[in-house]
Amino acid sequence: MRSAPDRPVLPSSAGGAAKSRRVKALVLKETYQLFRDPSSIAIGIIIPLLLILLFGFALSLDVKNVPVAVVLEEASPAATDLAAGFVLSPYFDALLLTSMPQARELMLQRKVDGIVRVRPDFVRRLGLGDAEAQVLVYGIDANKARIIESYAQGAIAQWAARRTAEGFEAAAGGSAVVQSRLWFNEANDSHYFLVPGLIVLIMTLIGALMTALVMAREWERGTLEALFVTPVRAGEILLAKMIPYFVLGMFGLGLCILASRFMFHVPLRGSIWILAGVSMLYLIVALAIGLLISTATKNQFVSSMTTLVVTFLPALFLSGFLFDLRSMPAAVRFLSYALPARYYVNLLQTIFLAGDVWSVILPNAAVLAGMACGLLALTRAVSVKRLG
Amino acid sequence: MLESLLRILALIRKELLAVLKDGPSRFSLFAPPILQCLIFGYAATYDLNNVPYAVVDQDRSAASHELLAALDGSGVFQRVATLDRAGDIKSTIDGRRALLVIQIGQDFERRLMAGRQADIQVIADGRNSNTAGTALGYVSAIVGTFNANWASGHGQSAAPLRVAMRAWFNANLETRWYMVPALIGTLTFLQTLLLTALSVAREREQGTLDQLLVTPFRPAEIIIGKALPSVLIGTIQATLILLVAQLWFRIPFAGSYLTLYAGLLLFLLAAVGIGLMLSAIVATMQQAVLYTFVTMMPFALLSGLTTPLSNMPEFFQYLTLINPLRYAIDIAHRVYLEGADFAQLAPDLWPLALIASVTLSGTAWLFRRGFE
Repeated sequence: MRSAPDRPVLPSSAGGAAKSRRVKALVLKETYQLFRDPSSIAIGIIIPLLLILLFGFALSLDVKNVPVAVVLEEASPAATDLAAGFVLSPYFDALLLTSMPQARELMLQRKVDGIVRVRPDFVRRLGLGDAEAQVLVYGIDANKARIIESYAQGAIAQWAARRTAEGFEAAAGGSAVVQSRLWFNEANDSHYFLVPGLIVLIMTLIGALMTALVMAREWERGTLEALFVTPVRAGEILLAKMIPYFVLGMFGLGLCILASRFMFHVPLRGSIWILAGVSMLYLIVALAIGLLISTATKNQFVSSMTTLVVTFLPALFLSGFLFDLRSMPAAVRFLSYALPARYYVNLLQTIFLAGDVWSVILPNAAVLAGMACGLLALTRAVSVKRLG
Repeated sequence: MLESLLRILALIRKELLAVLKDGPSRFSLFAPPILQCLIFGYAATYDLNNVPYAVVDQDRSAASHELLAALDGSGVFQRVATLDRAGDIKSTIDGRRALLVIQIGQDFERRLMAGRQADIQVIADGRNSNTAGTALGYVSAIVGTFNANWASGHGQSAAPLRVAMRAWFNANLETRWYMVPALIGTLTFLQTLLLTALSVAREREQGTLDQLLVTPFRPAEIIIGKALPSVLIGTIQATLILLVAQLWFRIPFAGSYLTLYAGLLLFLLAAVGIGLMLSAIVATMQQAVLYTFVTMMPFALLSGLTTPLSNMPEFFQYLTLINPLRYAIDIAHRVYLEGADFAQLAPDLWPLALIASVTLSGTAWLFRRGFE
């Protein structure tokens, strides 16, 4: 066993100083390059702002003022009363009609999204305890249609309950009634679930897409070869490529947190430090993926397309931000486990809305940390190999 | 005239060779649309088929068992835990073990027997409020069926009013039927835009644009020669996605192919027009890629694909009027699912034609200005 003091001390510390000087110079170069190129500003600053704006003001899954046609084929007080329920409801923009063909035509012209139909013998059959109200919805947008159905059902049920209370009809027998509560988002505000999606999209964009382009450009222009003849090592180049974009990504995160607080009014119930910590992990993973793809493809077009397919679209579709992962077929669900966005979305949703739930944070953060280490090692290995 | 046609054909041939020359480029043009259509067709659904739930049954009666059996037998709800105390609800929801916790109070059966209202508390994890809302809707439907069964089984009178639901054009309200046809427009849009923007940018970066300009080509011919190959590739991509939708996902096609392709052609011309305008502005390929993304992002988000257009504030609804993707998605849906004809699609077709002619002539103007 040789002891450490045998080795001269000076060169290693001098080597360290030289290394940090080299990295610093490269970081400076990358930063200049970043700010000189208007297109990087576009993707690093304009797109995040645009996304925040669109998510904040334009996108919403809260269905309101649905245009519906209420067709009264009978002019009884009961039917008119039912129609009034739709007219007064904030969820509907009701149009009163008397003929079904007319309503049909409006639906085909996409003027109304649903039809509520009260049949001619409504009152008589109501007396017999066997009345039916028809609700027809334009089903192409299935999600919206389902929401409209449940609103319509609610409006009709309310009317029926009022009738019973006023003694028109005999009360039905005992019935189970669902009293639902939506934890973490009591008011059912769709901004609450858009914010985690917004953050994951912006971090993916800055982390993966930008670096994918930057590294591929150096390969295409041959400037990476030029770097290789200098004393700079592959690891140092990678580090220098990552630092400016890491800073930009954290800036993007800061922007999102500010927007979520002051524009979306979404609570941050967990700790901001944990949020920052897991975001750093995700950002490193995204950066490493971008570098890996661009090193492997060496072509701006192919690398940007690949990055888009591998990171950005999955962050939208396969992360659990919009669509429920548990309901996907096993093969797709399995695939989602390989995607870092899945873990990050889970963490974001929990830290923002539920708080510091360690049973969620620890396993997800551990996976992200593992991915970060693995991908960094892989990127390094690939670029060292390419260097030879 | 004939010479002009021959020149355009030569340029189209050159363009197609440039994009399709090597394996990786060919692969990146035709494989991603198919793969994405498959993956997103499965992934992009708001329908739930696996909802983990926990139950706190304080009644432990025949009635509560009947209700829980209805949930378990629905094929949608999977019971992951039976909790003894209401105090365990928090940790179950917090740790995401269950999406819903159903709590049945101890007088549930007694109240039902007495013909009164019996409450069921359902607590949902609102971290994804959309999923939670859908799951709650499923619970309500199952409870509704339970109530009807209970009434008929115990000789109590049923509710005097039934609500009959029917959905047009998508009877089972499957989100996949909405998403997959929409992908025909969405996936081709990005690729056509990028392809067109890059084709000019590549020539500019490599200096071959100047060479092209000293040839007898007129600007209009160059634009047509650049536009048509992209339209052709976009059409092939759209066809591939259409095939996946019909042969793999088996979504029934209700309309006519002629109508669909006519709409697609107008849409692709509009997309190519936007791509060419971008390419007239950018100097390098990297800028082309980045500007394409900057353009694509709002177009995709404001297309009605992920959130309905009618939910947007009026200002944004007006903004979507210049979005070709919005019309393309509407055309794809209406032709595919509804079987709409040309007359019904007119409100979608003429804006596309307008966008195409404005962007294409705008490009001609930008080019002429750039050349002189």
